Amino acid sequence: MLKGRHLIEPRDFSLEELDEIFALAEDIIKNEKDYLDKCRGKLLASLFYEPSTRTRFSFESAMYRLGGQVVGFSEAASSSVSKGESVADTIKTIACYSDIAVMRHPKEGAPLLASQNTDMPIINAGDGGHQHPTQTLTDLLTIRILKKDLSNHTIGLCGDLKFGRTVHSLVKAMKRYLNINFVFISPEELQIPDYIKDDLQENSYYETESLDEVIDKLDILYMTRVQKERFFNEEDYVRLKDSYILTNEKLKNSKEDLIIMHPLPRVNEIAVEVDRDKRAVYFDQAKFGMYVRMALILKLLGVE
Amino acid sequence: MLNIDSIKKGIVIDHIKEGYGYKIFKELGLHKVDYRVALIRNVSSRKQGKKDLIKIENRIDLDLNVLGIIDPDLTVNIIEDEEIKEKIKLSLPEKIKGIFNCKNPRCITSEENIENVEFILVDKDKKEYRCEYCDTKTSL
Ligand SMILES: [Zn+2]
Repeated sequence: MLKGRHLIEPRDFSLEELDEIFALAEDIIKNEKDYLDKCRGKLLASLFYEPSTRTRFSFESAMYRLGGQVVGFSEAASSSVSKGESVADTIKTIACYSDIAVMRHPKEGAPLLASQNTDMPIINAGDGGHQHPTQTLTDLLTIRILKKDLSNHTIGLCGDLKFGRTVHSLVKAMKRYLNINFVFISPEELQIPDYIKDDLQENSYYETESLDEVIDKLDILYMTRVQKERFFNEEDYVRLKDSYILTNEKLKNSKEDLIIMHPLPRVNEIAVEVDRDKRAVYFDQAKFGMYVRMALILKLLGVE
Repeated sequence: MLNIDSIKKGIVIDHIKEGYGYKIFKELGLHKVDYRVALIRNVSSRKQGKKDLIKIENRIDLDLNVLGIIDPDLTVNIIEDEEIKEKIKLSLPEKIKGIFNCKNPRCITSEENIENVEFILVDKDKKEYRCEYCDTKTSL
């Protein structure tokens, strides 16, 4: 039962519970009209202690599409937090008015602290560089819908794998499924941290600096930004910068049924020309993100 | 020779590494209690050369978990009727509260005053614990 539960990190839910959420999301996509009124009279508190327009819109759209309503703030400066109120007090107060809350906070662990102080379901919408579980649910649902299954894939992760929170979570989540091979594509400075690799089986991953070398083997390509300031020296940046920009030319050897994902926002790591390729699914991914949040809200409220 | 009375009922913490007695004394809050306690330092020991020793009278309900973190090789004897009734084997606790502070400046515990932050054992050999809020590891 997911009713009344919190989602603070992806590990909070078992594979079966994730399956339930994904199945519901797929049903909402097919029969959206059936869900228009499910959350009538319910209130979502949208507590964004730091701005994140994209994530906030996704949650708020999800609640409105279920017929519910939203209250909240979009930066700490405009809220009682600026008066120094603790997270515990804020959440205890807000629980008096709302049925469910989504929280984005710059400090790691703030949503967990909130969840310890209320029975109202709390959804972590990002806490510092720590967790962003609904991004992970979004990525998993995208793979499940477009590849029909979460098992048996070779998944390439390309770009900044060192600091990329979404990449770390996705790897942790995907390794729970059968027969997953990871290909980590990044400059040396931005390689995936050892503690993530330590958790993987020895032969289940491969590391390379070259996207060209491996692109024909991938079922899924997950692109992330490489920021210039992450490089230690200009020379490496100049040498590598173009190798991580996905273009139609680069895609020539890739599989017909590859899917190209990106957590967005994109800067220049995927050329705009790629958007017209049917394998580019990153905008669909954003849409799936809203549906998976709809399913999550319904499950946690227990109003399916 | 300094003479310390034996106790009727209570706890004797033995084989404390020389110089660590005071630390344990304070960690258990014994400097603040109103029952009889004795910290005995520099006791000669066949095994250790010198050791410290703590005797606590009339209290056997202390939370001794903390001792496993400080030194799992301590001997803890529960005394009743002037005899050792039980020897407690210490181990690293799975969870501890109120001893560590999280070192991560981005952790919510660095911003808000949270009582009894819990740390969860992740690696017995390295004696590593992780912060319940941000997962940052701390070792002893
Ligand atoms: Zn912490």
